Amino acid sequence: MRALPLGRWLRGAVRARSGGPGRARPAPGSPQKVTVEVLDHLEHLALVDFRDAEGVERLQKAIQFADQLHEVNTDGVEPMDSVLEDRCLYLREDDVTEGNCTKELLKNAREKVEEYFVAPPGNIPLPKLEERETYLQSS
Amino acid sequence: MAAAVRGCGGVWCWVWQRGAGGSASRGQRAVAGSVRGVAVPAGKSGPAPWVPVVGLEIHAQISSNSKLFSGSEVQFAAPPNSAVSFFDASLPGTLPVINRRCVEAAVMTGLALNCSINKRSLFDRKHYFYADLPAGYQITQQRVPIAVNGTLSYSLCTDNKMSQMVTKTVRIKQIQLEQDSGKSLHDDTRSQTLVDLNRAGVGLMEVVMEPDMCCGEEAAAAVRELQLILQMLGSSHAVMAEGQLRVDANVSVHHPGEPYGVRTEVKNINSIRFLAKAVDYEIQRQIEELENGGTILNETRAFDSKLGCTVPMRDKEGKQDYRFMPEPNLPPLILYDTKSLPTNMNHQQVVNIDWIHERLPDLPSVKRAKLVEQYGILPEHSFTLLNEDGLTEFFENVLKHTQMKPKKVIGWILNDLLSYLNQHSLTVKESPVTSSILADLLNLLEKKEISSTAAKQVLLELWKGEGKTPLEIVKEKKLELIQDQEALEQICQAVIDGQENEVMAVKAGNHKVLNKLIGLVQRKTQGRSNPVLVKQLLEKKLLG
Repeated sequence: MRALPLGRWLRGAVRARSGGPGRARPAPGSPQKVTVEVLDHLEHLALVDFRDAEGVERLQKAIQFADQLHEVNTDGVEPMDSVLEDRCLYLREDDVTEGNCTKELLKNAREKVEEYFVAPPGNIPLPKLEERETYLQSS
Repeated sequence: MAAAVRGCGGVWCWVWQRGAGGSASRGQRAVAGSVRGVAVPAGKSGPAPWVPVVGLEIHAQISSNSKLFSGSEVQFAAPPNSAVSFFDASLPGTLPVINRRCVEAAVMTGLALNCSINKRSLFDRKHYFYADLPAGYQITQQRVPIAVNGTLSYSLCTDNKMSQMVTKTVRIKQIQLEQDSGKSLHDDTRSQTLVDLNRAGVGLMEVVMEPDMCCGEEAAAAVRELQLILQMLGSSHAVMAEGQLRVDANVSVHHPGEPYGVRTEVKNINSIRFLAKAVDYEIQRQIEELENGGTILNETRAFDSKLGCTVPMRDKEGKQDYRFMPEPNLPPLILYDTKSLPTNMNHQQVVNIDWIHERLPDLPSVKRAKLVEQYGILPEHSFTLLNEDGLTEFFENVLKHTQMKPKKVIGWILNDLLSYLNQHSLTVKESPVTSSILADLLNLLEKKEISSTAAKQVLLELWKGEGKTPLEIVKEKKLELIQDQEALEQICQAVIDGQENEVMAVKAGNHKVLNKLIGLVQRKTQGRSNPVLVKQLLEKKLLG
């Protein structure tokens, strides 16, 4: 059975549920908590801020909700990664049919400079966990 | 272990096994095939040698009218954000639609590099955050790319004189289709980045080479050959200066027999020359670091062309976690060949690998072989002809308009024309001396109306580009060869009469002195005598 590739840290947290025919699964206990290291890693990668216990709890619940997928026995079933897998990939002719809508695109921009979008200067890496003011510090 | 000198110009390369008499003869050193090189820091005899390992990741922008997954235009230097569709800007509700031309370009390139084409390949998302990647992910082919397991052959000269060439091969791990990102302009004074999405979504072919190379020269030669192949196929213009060909180098060093060392990734390499420099610098840096007891960090470094060194890159701290996932909006890409061709499918929806294979143009290696066979020039000449943009056409144009043999013409092209162009940093297209002008000049030489020294003088004048024809310059500077044999005989006699000692020496058997007499005749005629004819006349007079 193939788990969704959500990162190697989370694989440890995924527990198989009982209920499938003839398969040895570990006894269902309380689902493993998401560790501080994983949360810190997520904060770095996704630039989210878990802010408080409620934020972390929300994540925990989301994972639990997704874990329900494990109740399905997928032995011997090829993983599907797109509902379009039986469709033909449509090939488009190499013609210019779009573009030239600078004004429209820039309408959504909060700041612009001479038809360029304005963004902060490069990726500013988050400081290490110990040096940040984050809820996770106290976890 | 046989020596493995492959012309690595770095200070740290030397021949391991020296012959009894000292350095190995050139014949022993020319080794064909992919022999890995061995590096030793110059001047040291004790410590163990280092083996550098170089792998390349090359991104080639596909030459197409529109982008890989959208219909906006691919245009260099367009006004900012004018060639951007809603999909490129990652606005909600947009979906990718693949461009057939990009698929064909990737198949062509895969075939030219002897790859296996995957009839079924998949698309994935590679996630990372950067202002010029509005979706937060790049669509690429990580699991099953379009082509795998190819080879690229390239040549190196074993010495700087290009007289001995060695063929090497590097394995191609895979070729994948992926999107290009937009461009960021960093405005440090105002602490902001300006983003232009014109380039976002342009089709790229990423060519991944296995770490079969060992120095800057090999890397540069391999990339140059790939560039020629791409240009000949037309799948990419591959002009590095316009960002159509980008190279990242992965470099590490280790002792022979030991596992590979930690590798660094070197980016920001803007020309083939800089590629060689960057790779060699990084090899040297790693060797020095390790010999001083330090360690190599698995990091990304940028090449600073002004300082000629590599420095750690600010934005790439820490290992990236790209969280690859299948691209759910794109079904698998299916390619066909004549066997598997579906009967009732729309033509336009079918990419036939065999059809493309049949229509591949001659690759550089084939072109070179044909030039050597057709014109009797040397292999190294064919390399120079192909390496200089437009030079082969120039050469063939000259041949069309002159009776001079190709073997003689090539000398004028490579020695006189090319060296002048290089000295003045001109391309063949910018040459003030066109192929027809050169052909006219060579015709004068061929018809023996001027000597070759005179021809060189005329060429010097022609470089000024003042619009004068070779014949006009010859008349202006009075460079015509004296055609009057009697007058020439008289001058020869005059010289003979004035050089008693030399005449005696020649008659006594010292024929070398004849050259001095020829020189004197040349001087008397202001270079307007045919040296071959003069020699004949002198010999007739002195030796009967």
